[in-house]
Amino acid sequence: MIKFQNVAKVYPPDTIALKDVNFEVKPKEFVLLSGKSGAGKTTLFKLLLAEERPTEGRIFFDDQDVSRMKLSKLHNFRRKIGVVFQDYKLLASKNVYENIAYVLEVIGASDKEIKRDVTEVLEIVGLSHRVSNFPVELSGGEKQRAAIARALIHRPEVILADEPTGNLDPYNTADIVRLLLKINELGTTILLATHDKELINSLEKRVITLDGGRIIRDEEKGRFTF
Amino acid sequence: MLIALKRIIKSGWSGFVREGGLSVATIFILVMAIFLVGSLFFLKDVSQYLIASIQEKVDVSVYFKSDAAEEDIFTLKEEITKIPEVKDVEYVSKEQALSDFTKKHESDPVLIDSLTEVGGNPFFATLNITAFQANQYGSIASFLEKDDFKNLIEKVDYYQRKSAIDKIFSFTSILKNSGIILAVILVILALLNTFNTIRLAIYSNREEIKIQRLVGASNWFIRGPFIVQGAVAGILSAIICFIIFTLICWGIGSRMEFFSPGLNMIEFYKNGFWSLLLIQFSAGIILGVSSSLVAIRRYLRA
Repeated sequence: MIKFQNVAKVYPPDTIALKDVNFEVKPKEFVLLSGKSGAGKTTLFKLLLAEERPTEGRIFFDDQDVSRMKLSKLHNFRRKIGVVFQDYKLLASKNVYENIAYVLEVIGASDKEIKRDVTEVLEIVGLSHRVSNFPVELSGGEKQRAAIARALIHRPEVILADEPTGNLDPYNTADIVRLLLKINELGTTILLATHDKELINSLEKRVITLDGGRIIRDEEKGRFTF
Repeated sequence: MLIALKRIIKSGWSGFVREGGLSVATIFILVMAIFLVGSLFFLKDVSQYLIASIQEKVDVSVYFKSDAAEEDIFTLKEEITKIPEVKDVEYVSKEQALSDFTKKHESDPVLIDSLTEVGGNPFFATLNITAFQANQYGSIASFLEKDDFKNLIEKVDYYQRKSAIDKIFSFTSILKNSGIILAVILVILALLNTFNTIRLAIYSNREEIKIQRLVGASNWFIRGPFIVQGAVAGILSAIICFIIFTLICWGIGSRMEFFSPGLNMIEFYKNGFWSLLLIQFSAGIILGVSSSLVAIRRYLRA
């Protein structure tokens, strides 16, 4: 489903963010991306979302070459992916309800579907009481939950979650992880970037470890290791 | 398609309302630009009227000898009227000239006394000739200087008035040309100013635009609300401008008649009502929408 082929990303003049990255993700897989800050996890997501282009190599999504995709086709491609950004990237001018509904509006869902699904997902992430609040009025944890709700509202094929539990307390972390596992069971491929040791060890899923932009380990049922 | 359009309009309107400060700033700049465009259109008519009324006052007079028969003068008048360069010919008889003079100076005893002292009617019968263009007076004067009319005409005052006529026409021509140049410069400045304000408004939204792209919004779905915002700002600005214009025209009203008779702003306003309305609304919408379109382009490329 997702394939990275000899991918490298160099930021001028000579900062190597990724080098010789090769891996494949099968449909319905749950993959953890682990590594220190600056290891290249976020860059990898940016390349997969075609937010940036690789310096070398190719990236495939369902046999489509993402790294060479035309600008005019990007929006349709991106609708297949739900992203929980590390910095949330909520729309500051829209309230919580509108932020989540926006993704459904983009894909042309009916008003009725939007109302039903947004209400449901807000209940799941525990933000029903915050529908009219704007991002600036939310705590870090609430922003993160809103970002998660937005990523899964349109039932994408893949969810990329960049440190989705970074600002959550242990109770909320467990809830969100349970939610991601449930979504994965229902058939959505999940790529979760984290450096949370306990989380990685408790999940017993495939772990790809990055260091200095290179993949140093790729293990089924991996564990957190330095 | 319809549902997307509905969402774009709704989103544009709520963006316009929520970004109150920016919207007010945009409207303020747009009002100035539209007011300028409207004023230039309006003043074009007023200045054309003023120029025409100045030019109308310019004429050459043909003075006839005291013994010239009125029939001969009328025959000459007929001939002059046939000259294509001649716009108008007016005959003033000796008696008419005397009566006009007496009426005009009745409160000035010195002049009236001197007239009595001279005795009889010292005035000449005259033809006042108006041409379409300043440079046409020369050819009319040379026509009148032909030998055929020597025993009829006392003098033609063209050469005494030539420099004044030339000055008036060159002044009005400078006024026309500089008016056009000034209008073009002012319109360009207004356009740049409006574009810059809207560009800044969109610049402050660049992060949002980037996020919208990342969650899969098409360029039109992103661009649409900004276009709606531009159009709403344009329409509101045009309405404000129109109210200001109406109040100014009504306020000034006929006071301008002091400068030139017949220069009534209310009349000009009434005559140009629909054109003014059209110009202000189209200027508002075109300025708002096109500035938004151009300003957002760069954020939709990456």
